[in-house]
Amino acid sequence: MRELTYKDALNEALFQVMKADERVFCIGEDIGVYGGAFGVTAGLIEEFGEERVVDTPISEAGIAGACVGSAVTGMRPVGEIQFMDFVTISMEQLVLQAAKIRFMFGGKATVPMVLRMPGGSGTGAAAQHSESLENWFVHVPGLKVVMPSSPYDAKGLLLAAIEDDNPVIFIEHKLLYKTKGHVPEEMYTVPLSDTKVVREGRDITVVATSIMVNRALEAAEQLAAEGIEVEIIDPRTLNPLDEEPIIRSVIKTGRALIVHEAVKTGGYGGELVSRIMESEAFDYLDAPIRRLAGLDIPIPYNRTLEYHTVPQIESIVSEVKRIVRGEV
Amino acid sequence: MSSAVNTFQDELARRGLSIEQAHAMLQTMMEIRAFEEMAEELFARGLVHGTMHLSIGQEASAVGLSAPLRPDDYLLNTHRGHGHCLAWGSDPKLMMAEFMGKETGYCRGRGGSMHIADVESNNLGANGIVAGGIPISVGVGLSIKLRKTDQVVTSIFGDGAANEGAFHESLNMASIWNLPVIYYCENNQYAMSMSVERAFNVEKISQRAAAYGIPGKTVDGNDLLAVRDVVAEAVDRARAGHGPTLIEALTYRYKGHSKSDRQLYRTRDEVKEWQSRDPILRFAAFLEIDSETRKAKQAEARQVIEDALTFATESPEPDVSTILEGVYA
Repeated sequence: MRELTYKDALNEALFQVMKADERVFCIGEDIGVYGGAFGVTAGLIEEFGEERVVDTPISEAGIAGACVGSAVTGMRPVGEIQFMDFVTISMEQLVLQAAKIRFMFGGKATVPMVLRMPGGSGTGAAAQHSESLENWFVHVPGLKVVMPSSPYDAKGLLLAAIEDDNPVIFIEHKLLYKTKGHVPEEMYTVPLSDTKVVREGRDITVVATSIMVNRALEAAEQLAAEGIEVEIIDPRTLNPLDEEPIIRSVIKTGRALIVHEAVKTGGYGGELVSRIMESEAFDYLDAPIRRLAGLDIPIPYNRTLEYHTVPQIESIVSEVKRIVRGEV
Repeated sequence: MSSAVNTFQDELARRGLSIEQAHAMLQTMMEIRAFEEMAEELFARGLVHGTMHLSIGQEASAVGLSAPLRPDDYLLNTHRGHGHCLAWGSDPKLMMAEFMGKETGYCRGRGGSMHIADVESNNLGANGIVAGGIPISVGVGLSIKLRKTDQVVTSIFGDGAANEGAFHESLNMASIWNLPVIYYCENNQYAMSMSVERAFNVEKISQRAAAYGIPGKTVDGNDLLAVRDVVAEAVDRARAGHGPTLIEALTYRYKGHSKSDRQLYRTRDEVKEWQSRDPILRFAAFLEIDSETRKAKQAEARQVIEDALTFATESPEPDVSTILEGVYA
């Protein structure tokens, strides 16, 4: 089976879709000759030229606006925000324009744009280059929010996001760029709003997002050695959420742990817990649903402090054990 | 308006305009004013749910701007945008229905006064966010460039928007990529209550064009033909691939910012002074239309708006069962 890194899977998706669809173009800071800060757009400018691989000044509101305006007039822009943190500068265009144009105009316009951005900590980039702000966007009707955790999903979800007629916030993870996995050569899509059961297990449901899916998988291997079978679920699209597989899983296992990197307070975990509690799965719960999330602090620079700010494999292992053993 | 030696016929002919076209422009200005007066009246009578921003006094700015544009060009409008819609050719019936929140309105009653849009006619919408449309103009400009057409996009905003960060990012991007954008700043002297004297340390907002290496022009926004001329020049430049222009049209809103403005920040004399340069009366005088004919035309305009109101009044409200529609495609 052919393996690619997460980064190269994204890169291949962009190459293929730009070849197949004239309406698609890329826009962002240093995405041309530089190839993007993390190399995702490498080689595109050589293939497609600077008209379709648009290097911008440092203007995040302008990048978002360029996506909105071109999308509403028939193009399929793929914007890049160099670090997810910088999307704070683009918020007006995303929240007040992209998300609302269709509804505000009576359902008579479409805004088929994708805005890619790497989130997450673990690179020593400190508080302004390491955030996980996905829930800001989850809270805005009209936006779709996608977080791929594997190279296969990265390619398939990016192609699905570009094909979609809605504005999609596409959140990559810096530490995942170098991870490898099976990626078919041909173009394929992974449907949006299609929650995936990544690993089957009978004892507890772990719903994880982005890199936490990978950490949960490693934790599950260790736990299996101790006889605890973990079912791992990756929503992949956070909004609109396909909640049915999660509820079905919790009915089966009777226990649930939510794991995400973003800070716990106001995070996506709260939404997932509520969805489970409001569903028929409530009657099947054998333990309180728990959340393992980032501490409610900015990401620190120091390596050790940074490591202890967000969930790691061993913290997932110990939290699962506590829940399964009835210690919480 | 016209030089002493030229007749108005000469002035029109010089611009390739017929007398009929000039009369039609005057008529549009009158319809704009009638629409705004009706909007104000409906609000006063408690018949309108939301807010509105009236453009009475700014009619020449709207009609002069749209005059040199083609139907396939794009419009990005401001919150004070009724006039620009009518000048663009929007149907007053569908506008009035939207204003009254009816299902038959341009946005099925979901947008209201601040969001009237008609994407089918390339009217990409009024915007409730000051400077909200300016970054979008960069995208529309890029889209035109990538599709290799000779369309242009007009990005309309007020003096207040020129002090938003988005203005700077967008004009720079449009300039470096030579995008076909007409940046049209309607300087009506106040950003809500903040006067341009207090908010700017430059004499003219158009001077800011120099910062982006693009032409900047200030024009009497109450002089229809002067507006038309400066826009026509910018449009020619944009269509030829030479990039954006920043136009500042000096004008004035006779009414307050929105429905709840007590206007404590300006004097009655100031308002009267601007009313003495009323754009409709000026253009009617320029066309040598006597007051009787003018009044007949105004009555005609009023009738168009009355008909729009009848349509809106008789139109159904949106059905609550459709409340979730239109969030996602």
